[in-house]
Amino acid sequence: MADTAPRQAAPETMLSVNNIEVVYDDVILVLRGVSLEVPKGQIVTLLGANGAGKSTTLKAISGLLKTEDGEVTRGTVTFDGETISNQDPEKIVRKGIFQVMEGRRVVEDMTTIENLRLGAFTRRDKNVRRDMDMVMDYFPRLKERAGGLAGYLSGGEQQMLAIGRALMARPRMLLLDEPSMGLSPLLVKEVFGIIESINRDQGLTMLLVEQNASQALKLADYGYIMESGKVVLDGTQEELLSNEDVKESYLGGGEQRRSFKNLKSYKRRKRWL
Amino acid sequence: MALGANSMRCGEFRTSYRQDSTIFPTPMSRNFAIAGVLLLMVSPVFLQPYHLNILIQIGYMGIAALGLNILVGFSGQISLGHAAFFGFGAFASAWINSSFGIPVILAIPLAGVLTTAVGMIVGIPAARIKGLYLAIATLAAQYILEDFFNRAVWFTGGSAGSLANPLSLFGYQMTTDTRYFYVVLAFVVVMYLLGTNLIRSRDGRALVALRDHYLSAEIMGINLTKYRILAFGISSFYAGVGGALFAHYLGYVSAESFTILLSIQFLGMIIIGGLGSIMGTLMGTAFMVLLPEVMEGGVGVIADFMPGIEQGLAYIKEMAIGLAIVLFLIFEPEGLAHRWQLTKAYWKLYPFSY
Repeated sequence: MADTAPRQAAPETMLSVNNIEVVYDDVILVLRGVSLEVPKGQIVTLLGANGAGKSTTLKAISGLLKTEDGEVTRGTVTFDGETISNQDPEKIVRKGIFQVMEGRRVVEDMTTIENLRLGAFTRRDKNVRRDMDMVMDYFPRLKERAGGLAGYLSGGEQQMLAIGRALMARPRMLLLDEPSMGLSPLLVKEVFGIIESINRDQGLTMLLVEQNASQALKLADYGYIMESGKVVLDGTQEELLSNEDVKESYLGGGEQRRSFKNLKSYKRRKRWL
Repeated sequence: MALGANSMRCGEFRTSYRQDSTIFPTPMSRNFAIAGVLLLMVSPVFLQPYHLNILIQIGYMGIAALGLNILVGFSGQISLGHAAFFGFGAFASAWINSSFGIPVILAIPLAGVLTTAVGMIVGIPAARIKGLYLAIATLAAQYILEDFFNRAVWFTGGSAGSLANPLSLFGYQMTTDTRYFYVVLAFVVVMYLLGTNLIRSRDGRALVALRDHYLSAEIMGINLTKYRILAFGISSFYAGVGGALFAHYLGYVSAESFTILLSIQFLGMIIIGGLGSIMGTLMGTAFMVLLPEVMEGGVGVIADFMPGIEQGLAYIKEMAIGLAIVLFLIFEPEGLAHRWQLTKAYWKLYPFSY
């Protein structure tokens, strides 16, 4: 939404995931009761190690689970008060949720411009071109490579294209699956900076799944931490950043005085387990 | 023709979104296309009927091959039953014309529409299966339709085949090669423009997206089932129109012409021409049609030194086609269109290599 008012004190909830359980292939239980809420206009981040179930959560929201033989067996996903769990992904897109998939997945054989047009697939209005200019303003690198094949873009540029393509759909909410994957630290900074400014300018609601916890927490208003299919901790940006356990397990550092000498006696202490 | 000022170009520099999606990227390419069509239009004056016959063949085969290229090259599916659709169009046009008295010029597109319907039915499994499994499903379609051609006497005349009336337009009977050549040329131009237009449109982008990343296509709101079946429909439409043109050219249609071998030939055309290239399709078709003719000429020359070789001509032709496909798969899997791109790119930057 281009013209939303600045953030309100208590924004309404846009997306809520209520205690969902996800099973793949009718046998593999991946999510064991995950709940989270994304308020309108905010960035919420979902952190966790590999295999914690972050991407599965996103897929449960966007409907992609279906194509991978997964199913939400318990609980519901509601978007704007409407239940969307187990619906077809193309229907969910039309409701305004757009997922930027892990690993970019731009169409290599198309030019940058064509990829952007593809993002606007669900739209029938005349403003596509104006939005394309907007995307080019956010990502000046894409402007330089506008007519070139997307397959020849660098990894970072492809990631920018994937985000730009998502913006072209004028989504009401963006699901970002590891936008930092495979990018150099500098580029991660650049991409995250742009993500933040998109959120700030347009009030676009985002759910951000990340491995790079410190970067993600810098721009998120609220965060959830997942481990083995469950949300184990949640809190505002400040709460998570100051939490000793989060510092130790995800941010590095933690209590300063610990030295590597007593590494043997080092015991991971996670209060939530 | 303004070939002068900007004929030495060093690249394409686009400055607007519109330029990015035009049919012809530069005025040069448009002028060349127009010049090509004009050249073909005057060609009957200096070509012999034998050569016109070859050009007509390239025309109707090229239309059908473009259909297959939209299916295989753009939407990433596969069909081993294209010859059956080609045949269905041929029979359908003859049938529509003789049973309902609809003029041939209308029967040809109508036959295309009928074939579209058949193709979409065959395409329904495509919504669920991919790759090798889809190939087998379309192979089944090929055999079912072949069987249908032999049994449905009301539609095809059974094993005796059916007669197709010649096309007549404004009181002229298009019976000579020269006249029919213009009909085929008109169809080729229209169908290829439609094809190019399709690819640069929203639906064309959807097809390419579902070929390359069907998951992210779905997440962008593209209905996979709809577009997979649609691709089959469009492909069959082209096959049907090509088949109808074939029927009214020969005047007689029989089921033996539409075997699996012809399906493979169609695949050969688009592989040699270049998967996912509109103009490549035409190049590939020309290659496949010309190859046996060239072989015939070659064998005629060799026969002076090796008497008796002309008896093996039929085998030599088939082997040459097989060999050509294999060689292209190894050395130029992207087809003639890619070669052509490279040649153009070379001249753009001449005398520097890059």
